[in-house]
Amino acid sequence: MAEIVIKNVRKEFGDFIAVKESSFTIEDGEFFMLLGPSGCGKTTTLRMIAGLELPTSGEIFLDGEEIGQRPPSERDIAFVFQMFALYPHMNVYKNLSYPLVSQGMPRAQVRAKVDEVATILGIKDILKKPVGGLSGGDRQRVALGRAIVREPKAFMMDEPLGALDAEFREHMAEELRALHDRMGATTVYVTHDQLEAMQMGDKIVVMNNAVVEQFGKPQDIYDMPATMFVADFIGSPSMNFLNFQGKVAKGEELVTLADQTMSVPTLREGASGDLVFGVRPEHINLSDDGAYRGKILATEYLGTTQIITLDTPNGEVKARIASDQLATVGETVGLGFNAKTVTLFDKATGRALRSELNEGVLAHG
Amino acid sequence: MSAYSVTEPSTRSKWFAGSLVILYALITMIPLAWIMLTGFKSPSDAISYPPKVVFEPTLEGYVNLFTTRTRQTQEFLDANPPQNWADEIVREYDMVIVGPSKFGERFLNSVIIGFGSTFLSVFLGTLAAYAFSRFKIPLADDLLFFILSTRMMPPIAVAIPIFLMYRNLGLSDTHLGMILLYTAVNISLAVWLLKGFIDEIPREYEEAALIDGYTRFQAFYKVVLPQAATGIASTAIFCLIFAWNEYAFAVLLTSATAQTAPPFIPTIIGVGGLDWPAVAAGATIFLLPVMIFTILLRKHLLRGITFGAVRK
Repeated sequence: MAEIVIKNVRKEFGDFIAVKESSFTIEDGEFFMLLGPSGCGKTTTLRMIAGLELPTSGEIFLDGEEIGQRPPSERDIAFVFQMFALYPHMNVYKNLSYPLVSQGMPRAQVRAKVDEVATILGIKDILKKPVGGLSGGDRQRVALGRAIVREPKAFMMDEPLGALDAEFREHMAEELRALHDRMGATTVYVTHDQLEAMQMGDKIVVMNNAVVEQFGKPQDIYDMPATMFVADFIGSPSMNFLNFQGKVAKGEELVTLADQTMSVPTLREGASGDLVFGVRPEHINLSDDGAYRGKILATEYLGTTQIITLDTPNGEVKARIASDQLATVGETVGLGFNAKTVTLFDKATGRALRSELNEGVLAHG
Repeated sequence: MSAYSVTEPSTRSKWFAGSLVILYALITMIPLAWIMLTGFKSPSDAISYPPKVVFEPTLEGYVNLFTTRTRQTQEFLDANPPQNWADEIVREYDMVIVGPSKFGERFLNSVIIGFGSTFLSVFLGTLAAYAFSRFKIPLADDLLFFILSTRMMPPIAVAIPIFLMYRNLGLSDTHLGMILLYTAVNISLAVWLLKGFIDEIPREYEEAALIDGYTRFQAFYKVVLPQAATGIASTAIFCLIFAWNEYAFAVLLTSATAQTAPPFIPTIIGVGGLDWPAVAAGATIFLLPVMIFTILLRKHLLRGITFGAVRK
């Protein structure tokens, strides 16, 4: 239904900069996640798309039309609030019909439309109830219903599952994703939960400190982080950072870590000084031989896998290995790294060095 | 019912608390009951000593309150038999009813001025409170302090300047003048009280309405106002009680046309001095509107007093 283009958008609240020049594109029909820690500017970005905040500078295009400074009523974008914001003085039916009434839709048509949406969401039996006594899930469904009833160009969702308890959240996440797939409407979803973002999103924007760190498909962001922040924020446990001093040149395939040579994806740019060797815990394997060695400090059993904490010459490292592999605390073992998955970072800028691995994926805001 | 419950008070302490409340209510209601009883006494019963609790009720006070009477000669009285029951009552004093008294007019003035200023205070107060609560207003804190500062001295302290101002502006003894005066006194209470209520209403409701295609004013009118109803009702009661009972300014600024009931009632003269039963009857009737208004809105009033303490 709609493509949304964010172009150099900036938002200031007095002296405070909530969002620095940010650009990304949300394609038609995408389930798009805005991910980041609290205070990173993701909600402000969402509110700017909806029109609840106006950007200080920059442009927002909805289907090619610039809407950055328009009031929300002229944007045809629906918004699902974190605390649902159902009108407390109205019953469920009135809540659902409210956006239609504002358009001056005839009463019979409103009734038919509300009925249809209530059937989709399975809330037909509570239409006459006041919203005050509803369970969290039903409130969530009514809030969704109020958003979808007028068939807007796009949906904005501000941590819509945040107010639900963990067990129910998973169920609603599935329901939400199914609803999106059925309607195919562009959806922008704010969350601070990286698992939720990976699980539900077609694409993810990772924001931090008012800046877009990276945007792309969940797999790309996970495998090829553009910055150390993204690498650290996504994944649990997060990516290991092994600090080392050195100099690498364009075209190189080897780096030296504590006198040991490690292969990495062929570099497309060079760097020198404080560098970081980034590797995900599941891309480390432990063996008795192996030249690069570390001492096991702790083991954490997780069912199918276990997390091993090791002390290496370049700092503490966590490895994820099969739970049936024997690992004893105090033992010294050799570490092997899956060369194809390694990302090198320049510590001063926090940015990933371009290599054959991540070329073409890196996108900075 | 557990004897060891921590949160539930014991039956004995409930009885004790209940009796205290009833005792307090009885004590505070004695003057009120006395006024209501006096309204049905004859003038001699009203001033008898020791005071009479048991007496023969009469509507004399109410008749005197609402009518103007003249004393007539015996021949006139014999020639004109009493027209109705009220006439019969005043015949005892060789009088006839010649027309209505000013009480009705004064009472109507009280209604116009009291409810008019209440409406205006609450209307302006709601708009101002909404603006203070939702918009970034330059010097908002200073403005709020300034509004509150109008109540930092008793209003009567500025009686002389207001008297002179009103005389020059031609507002003396007018309904508009009194409405404006009481609004000016009440507005600070209204703004502060309502700001508290509106602050408590989450902004998301209005934002949802904006998203749903309504303008800012429609969102205010259709979503914020219904939720501020409790605050508006309790603010209205406080404003009405002040404007309704105000005496000093009414004495000073009103006379022939816009005089309200409070300065009028104590001036009702009967045979040989103040007509206490008529005064009491006037006071009783004067109490009714505020009482009814308060009873109608009392649920809101209770919440109004404890506002901020209870989350919705």
